[in-house]
This record gives sequence, C-alpha cells and structure tokens, in this order.
Amino acid sequence: MIQRPVKGIRPSVADPGYLRCRHGAAGPEVLVGGDWTLAHYRTVLRQVEQTRLDGEPRVDLGALERLDTAGATLLARLLGPARVEALARTAPELSAERRNLLQAVAAASERARATPEPTREPYFFGRLTIGLGAQISHAGQQLARAIAFTGLVLAAFAASALRPWRWRPAAVSRQLQHTALEALPIVALLTFAVGAVIAVLGITVLGRFGAGIFTVDLVAYAFLREFGVVLTAILLAGRSASAFTAQIGSMKANEEIDAMRAQGLSPVEMLVIPRVVALLIAVPVLSFVAVVCGLAGGGLVTLLNVDVPAGRIISLYSDISLRHYLAGLAKAPVFAFVIAIIGCLEGLKCSASAQSVGTHTTSAVVQSIFWVIILNAVAALIYVEIGW
Amino acid sequence: MVSASTTDPHPAIRVRGLVTRLGGQTIHDGLDLDVHRGEILGLVGGSGSGKSVLLRTLIGLLRPAAGQIRIHDQSVDALRQGGGLERRIGVLFQHGALYSSLTITENVALALIEHAGLTRAEAEDLARVKLALAGLDPAAGPRYPAELSGGMVKRAALARALSLCPDVLFLDEPTAGLDPISAGGFDRLLVTLRDALNLTVFLVTHDLDTLYATCDRVAVLAHQRVLATGTLEQVSAIDDDWVRAYFHGARGRAARSTQENR
Repeated sequence: MIQRPVKGIRPSVADPGYLRCRHGAAGPEVLVGGDWTLAHYRTVLRQVEQTRLDGEPRVDLGALERLDTAGATLLARLLGPARVEALARTAPELSAERRNLLQAVAAASERARATPEPTREPYFFGRLTIGLGAQISHAGQQLARAIAFTGLVLAAFAASALRPWRWRPAAVSRQLQHTALEALPIVALLTFAVGAVIAVLGITVLGRFGAGIFTVDLVAYAFLREFGVVLTAILLAGRSASAFTAQIGSMKANEEIDAMRAQGLSPVEMLVIPRVVALLIAVPVLSFVAVVCGLAGGGLVTLLNVDVPAGRIISLYSDISLRHYLAGLAKAPVFAFVIAIIGCLEGLKCSASAQSVGTHTTSAVVQSIFWVIILNAVAALIYVEIGW
Repeated sequence: MVSASTTDPHPAIRVRGLVTRLGGQTIHDGLDLDVHRGEILGLVGGSGSGKSVLLRTLIGLLRPAAGQIRIHDQSVDALRQGGGLERRIGVLFQHGALYSSLTITENVALALIEHAGLTRAEAEDLARVKLALAGLDPAAGPRYPAELSGGMVKRAALARALSLCPDVLFLDEPTAGLDPISAGGFDRLLVTLRDALNLTVFLVTHDLDTLYATCDRVAVLAHQRVLATGTLEQVSAIDDDWVRAYFHGARGRAARSTQENR
C-alpha cells in the first residue's frame, strides 16, 4: 500500500485501524479495532469505502485502540451519525471520554451532512458573459465616481483658493519634498539614459543619409514636446500615485478618515488638496529637469559619435523655438492633476483590510499610467490640428 | 497561595525557569508553570505583563533566553524540529489569523492536505465536520474570512486549530471583540469541546466572564513571573494590588455575581 510519509507519528503507534465483518451467532457483526486516528486516515478511509454494511450489524469496539476526531468521523461515515450516537450511549466497552467524543462528532457529522455544497456555477459561456457585463458596469461606475470626485476636488479648490488663511503650506511643502525633491535623482538619471538611447537611434538611422548631426534635433523635439513631460508623469504615476493610495488607504483602513469626518474636518481639503497642489508644482518642475537631462544625454552621445564641435550642438539646440517647450509644458498640469486625483481616489476607495490597500495601490498605478499615455496621444492629435 | 510546582508528575505543559528577553528588555524571569492534562487554565495579567509573549514562547514562535518548556514530556525545541509539534498543539490567534485568500473550508483543510497526506476532497470532507464541531453553520464553509462576523471568524479559527486533532489548545484572547452573547456561546463551546475531545487548554484572556465560565484554574502573570496559580477563589484571595483591583473591582464583582446567579 502506498502512503505518503506522515510526519510526527508517535513511536508507540499500534496497528492502523481495521474493520472486519463476520457472521457471529447473533447475526452479522462488525469488528472495529486498531488506531482510528488522523495518521491512518487514508488506510481506514479505504476500508470504510469498500465496506458495504447490510442491515444493522452489531458493532464491537472492543479492540479499538486510539480514537480521535478524524477516526470518529470515519466511524460516523461507516455507520451513519445516528447509529454512532446510539452506540455512544449504549456500548458498554466505551470510556466516558470516548462517549463524549463520539457524541460530539456524530452531531457534527449530522450537521455537516445536512447542508450540501452550494449549486454549481453557470456553464462556461454564461460565466464569460456575466463576467464581461459585470466588468463593464463596474468600469462605468468607477468612471462616474472619478468624475464626481474631480468635481468635488475642484469645488474644494475654488472654495479654499479665495481664502488664503485656509491654505496649508506645511502640508504642501511636505508633499513637495516626497513627490519632487526625492524624485529628482531618479528622474534626472532615467531621462539622461533615454536621451542617450534616442541619440543612438538617431545616429544609426540619420547617419546613413549623412545627416548624423540632426540627431540633435531629433532628441530636442522628442524631449521638448513629448518625452520630458511624459517620462516625468509616468515616473510620478509609479512613485507618487502609489504613495498617495497607500497613505490614504491605510488611514481609511484605520478609520482615520471617518474620525476626520466625525470631527467636522474635510478629508478632501486636508488630504487631497495638498497632494494635488504639490503635484501641480512637481510635474512642471521635474519635467524641466527631465528635458535638460534628456538633452544633455542626447548631446553627449552625439558629441562622442558624430564629428562635430560641442559649440555646434549647443547652437543647434538654441535654434529651436521656445513654443515646442511650451507645447510640452502645457500638458504637465493636466497629467499632474490626473495622477493626483487617481492616487487619492483609489486611497479613499480602500476598505478596512490590508489586502484592499494593496489592490487599490496597484490599480492606481495602472490607471494613472494608462491615462497619461492616452491623454498624451490625444494632445498630440490636437497639436497637429491646431498647428502647434 | 498555591505554588506553581504541584505534584502532578506528567503535566501537559511544564515550564521551568523560563527567561525571555525582547529587544534587551526582560519579559519573564524565572517563570514556572504547570498545565495539567484535561484542564482549562486561564492566564491573566495586566497589559504589557507578557501574556502573549508567554503564549508565543510556549508554541515555539519565540525562543526563550533560558529555561525549559515541555509539552507532554517532550521539549518544544525537539518537537519543533521535525518532532511534529504542529500535530500536538492547535493555536487560535487573537484576530483569528485566517488565511484571507482561502475559503473557510480550505483554511481548515490546508494542514490536513499538507501534513496528513489527505487528498483535497477527503480533507474538505473532514474539514466540514470540524467546522460543525466548532459550531459553524456548514453554509459558511465556501465563504471567505472577510465575509464572516467576528464570532464566526473565531469559530472558524478554532476549527482550524483543531484540524490536526491536537491534544493541547492555545487560545489568545478568544472572546476579545465579541459581543457578550457570542462570547458566552464561545465559552460554552470551549467547555463542550474540552470534554468531548479531552483537550488541555491554555487560555490567555482579559475577559472575566470567560474566566468564571470556563477555567478550572487561573494563573496570574505579574512581576515577570507567575505570581500564583489555583482556582479562582484561591487566586482572587491573594494579597497583591493588581489581583485585588482585577478581581474585586466593579467588573470583577459583576462577573462573579452573574456566575453565582446562574
């Protein structure tokens, strides 16, 4: 008989439980003996499954060694709970402890058996349709909620903008430290690297036409119009939107948001507005840094690979009109607002469990990156139409 | 006063000279305690007296700095290292600590699959009986912990603690956070199960009603050791500020009088 090794069997274990049917003088008899314990569960279970009891045989528990709840459950399965219950009351060979055990397990088996497992889920196609419908309706609700929240934040913004004494410079500056200052090194490093990569691409493609020097223009247009602000926004979506959700979500889980409301404080004014303001400052500033570093990375690679003096590269950069930079910069506040709103709203959606904080943090990052890229594409189309 | 070292030669749990330190702070210093077979022992003590630390040390989650702990005459260290400690003891953590990504039935079945080598179907069959033993409606089986009330979580956690048929049960504040009716139901369930399964129960509690309703003996933890063990009358009679405030304060008197009126 193959059995998986079982850890921690006590050394004094006697025979695994066994079960014999025989025909005694007074009709059929079942002899139950050995250890009916969890350690021998499968051995005994197999015997129980193979045994067909005809009628109500006499049960002899005289040779039973150890018995635990698992073994008693098997006994209830073999004989039926009602019979075990009767046995516990009448069998003379049982100790008081064993009677109690058998009675408790018989009652529990009866209850466990009474309720069958719930009905099966619908068939595959039905499940698919239900899932799709549920997702669409969920997405619609989320969008409606996001729009409502945006309105709420704008209203709170307008209300406190006219009352400078309600501004919270301390909270804003603390958020600025987390979202802008601490993100500065990573933004600078990553955009420098991306600038260098774009320059390598430009040299490879443009160099074939003898126009390697125009790599500088490629890098400049890419960073001024698109990459400076988009890369910054994506980095902050990963860094700050997740942080906002985690901070506000853990406050929500700890009922701090409810406590604020109960004290007549507005969570939107105290938590959301400072974060929105901080990001509205951080994204434009950081995207300026991103542009400078991207241009530096691209310029350096061009300088090393194309035979031109550094002065020529700088003069090419300075020939580019300022409006390209402004076209890029115009998107920064929009991205900042979207990232901050999504981060804070996901935080406020958390329920009181750590798991939900984790789920909503993931969702905040995914949503804010999604919207940054979509809005950037929309902006590119608009710029083409209006000729910026 | 009753001393810790009674004459029982084979207690279910024997602790001798236990010293535990956490972060340079001594929590227990030379603590002795016996828990007899088949009894429910309640451990009481003020906040920060190290009740939960003692429980965690007894079940081997924390290593003592000195002293020995034996469960059924085997040292916890040896049991822990491949000696099958998990089959000898069941633990009910304060907030249930049910695995949130598994259903209630799966929570109970997990150890049966991992340690007893049962198949999933066999384990879930047995798990349903354990849930019924813990007084849970079988309809709760397919639900997730987050969908259950506090009392049901405690019962499900108790069923999980009983899944490997242990002889010793450790409970950390089983009735904390329950309404009085659920707490009373849990107390009765505990006594019933102890009688039916012949369990030894080590119970950490603040709840005076639980203490009066379930415990055979009470141990008081104070001044880094077990100050006294004995029946409630014996322990509540000892001369100590904390014991007097605890048992003879307004809540203590109320709990005792409800018990007497029963």
